[in-house]
Amino acid sequence: MPERGAAPQVSPVRRRALRLIGSFTSPLAPDDYLELVNPLWSTRELRGRVERVRHEEGSGAVTVSIRPGWEWPGHLPGQYVRLGIEVDGVHHWRAYSLTSDPLAGDGCIAITPKLVPSGKVSPYLCSRVRPGTIVRLGGVEGTFVLPDPLPARLLFVSAGSGVTPIISMLRSLARREVLGDVVHVHCARTPEQVIFSRELRGLHERHRGYRLHTRLTATQGRLAPAELDGLCPDWRERETFACGPTGLLDALGEHWRSDADPARMHVERFGVGGDGIVAGDGERGCGGTIDFCASALSASSDGTQPILVAGESAGAQLPFGCRMGICHSCVGRLRSGQVRDLRSGRVHGQPGELLRTCVNAPEGAIEIDL
Amino acid sequence: MSATLTDPSTVPAALGADPQPASHPQEESPLTRLSPEQIERLGQELDAIHEEVFADLGERDSRYIRAVIRAHRQLVLGARALLAGSRYRPLWLAGTAALSIAKILENMEIGHNVMHGQWDWMNDPDINSQTWDWDTASPAQAWRHSHNYEHHTFTNIRGKDRDLGYEIMRIDPQQRWYPIYVLQPLYNLVLMGFFEWGVALHDLNFDAIRSGEKPKEQAIAELKAIGGKARRQVVKDYIAFPALSGALSAAASGGSRRRSGWRTFKTTLAANFTANIVRNVWAHSIIFCGHFPDQTYTFAEDEVADETRGGWYVRQLLGAANIDGGPLFHLLSGNLSFQVEHHLYPDMPSSRYAQVAPRVRDVCRRYGLPYNTGPFSRQLGSVHRTILRLAFPGGEPRAKPMPGVQ
Repeated sequence: MPERGAAPQVSPVRRRALRLIGSFTSPLAPDDYLELVNPLWSTRELRGRVERVRHEEGSGAVTVSIRPGWEWPGHLPGQYVRLGIEVDGVHHWRAYSLTSDPLAGDGCIAITPKLVPSGKVSPYLCSRVRPGTIVRLGGVEGTFVLPDPLPARLLFVSAGSGVTPIISMLRSLARREVLGDVVHVHCARTPEQVIFSRELRGLHERHRGYRLHTRLTATQGRLAPAELDGLCPDWRERETFACGPTGLLDALGEHWRSDADPARMHVERFGVGGDGIVAGDGERGCGGTIDFCASALSASSDGTQPILVAGESAGAQLPFGCRMGICHSCVGRLRSGQVRDLRSGRVHGQPGELLRTCVNAPEGAIEIDL
Repeated sequence: MSATLTDPSTVPAALGADPQPASHPQEESPLTRLSPEQIERLGQELDAIHEEVFADLGERDSRYIRAVIRAHRQLVLGARALLAGSRYRPLWLAGTAALSIAKILENMEIGHNVMHGQWDWMNDPDINSQTWDWDTASPAQAWRHSHNYEHHTFTNIRGKDRDLGYEIMRIDPQQRWYPIYVLQPLYNLVLMGFFEWGVALHDLNFDAIRSGEKPKEQAIAELKAIGGKARRQVVKDYIAFPALSGALSAAASGGSRRRSGWRTFKTTLAANFTANIVRNVWAHSIIFCGHFPDQTYTFAEDEVADETRGGWYVRQLLGAANIDGGPLFHLLSGNLSFQVEHHLYPDMPSSRYAQVAPRVRDVCRRYGLPYNTGPFSRQLGSVHRTILRLAFPGGEPRAKPMPGVQ
């Protein structure tokens, strides 16, 4: 079954009224007719309408503002939403950090995907999506949020599109006028590639409590955790939030474990390997052949391609959802063989086991009932 | 429904599923005329057409099905609104016509095809074979089993395809004759009018229940599903909407409120009943034309024992018949007027059948296979002639059309 948006919180009275009206619409639901007027009125799933699309200067990212249906539960800065969108007739699901302040005045939420040219959804969002497009909204998820009460001192470390959950936190802190003592180290390859560049500089200029250090890795090289001593000498005493590529996060994690209190270090990991397809931090496997028994097709993976991607490139019609191991839309029953979880590097596989094809690659020859 | 459908005891055990050797040998089956290599090549050619279409599916197709679904819902709203004034004859006629067309559209181009999984490639939870339910008496799940699996896998295999004559009719001279068949022209008329109920009961598969092949619990669960579905259908068309129309009409009329309300209740009920009958007759006609014009072949089980992919295609080709017509006719028939293409590619979006039809026909011509098509009147005439003729003992297989000839 394809993935649906999150079920909205609907009052029992409204549910009962709709059930009664359902006697007139069966086997369709009243929703099916109400959607003719406004697709956002669905009580089956949360939806939103694209209101604005703004290019973030030369960074290759766009900010898509979406007006959610009125049952939208809201989000905490730093959380992400799963977004379902139709591209070339096919529905795709991706997770994006919410970049908007939860209490933005216009009532819209925003995401800021960065163009991944080989991907499916980000090229669509970056160049083709038009205001008025209806999207499905999955649940708001994520524990990468600011504690309550707010710590006195904060350190943000971000790289590339890792700034997206951080900007929501910054916008919220600025609106609440509690941007008291925040150090932000942001890494990007070149000045043009800094997403939200103008806004970050503006915050730096207007708020004495917000110190921005931009690290340009093309000229200055990658950030080494030890350099924090120079950029933010009291880093050990700060509650730290870091988001970026796996290499950076692993290095920071190591640094905190050996030199500070790892409990004060919070990280958000992205699948930045290619448009929502998991970029594993697990070690690379050897790959293998995949027999799709129900499709009567076979494919092979070099060990980096998940079963799903290998099958699709061999022409199989396979179920899929989030493509990042969250939603279980893509599961298939393993008949034989072993697979490697691309996120953890763990090799596993029992005959009869239900596998998520989007995050597992074959480790040797496998057969799967799909 | 007639006793013939509801009461299995009136139907001899193996009707329509007669394993006996044929008294009249069919014409030579093209299956034996083609070499295994030819059949394999034919399979590859037909596979290639399928792949080409699936590689091309996209936004245009998604827009099409959404537009049809939207049109259906708007038509329903319009029809129901017209019927609120159904005590006036022109409104009754317009409303009944609109509702009939809406129901036809919903059953044929939308329901049948969505439940076939033709639109599952869109990965849209709202237009998906697993979630769809249609405006007929058949619960979706039971129908998907009896139709998508049984009928589309075992198409026209005597004894396995229960859609052959719907178990109660003799539509092939190779079926054995029983005296009850004398009545088949009569009960076919009843089946026509109440087709949706026939299909719902057919999905139950009385033979399988009797033989124990279908467990009792499952049969009871399916009966309950039919009951639930039937109740919702009856409530909607014969209670809820007539009552709503009646109430609106009573509220709107100045003088004798009760009389005009009651009258509108009755006229709306009659309109809904008529629309259901119109839809049933239409569906019955289109579906019977797709399989039963006398020229289509039927197969014995042993003929298809070790069937290859190519062999399966040939059987599908031979088992189906098309109907000629314009775009509107194809739309209202749910593109089952391309029954040949539908049987070759049951998972292909129906809107693509017209596009692949010339190529399928060309394949038939090159391999010397018949491609059965003809005007609606001729196909329908041949259905009813067959049903009449085979009500009586005997009957000859009729000449098959020349390869690739209309």
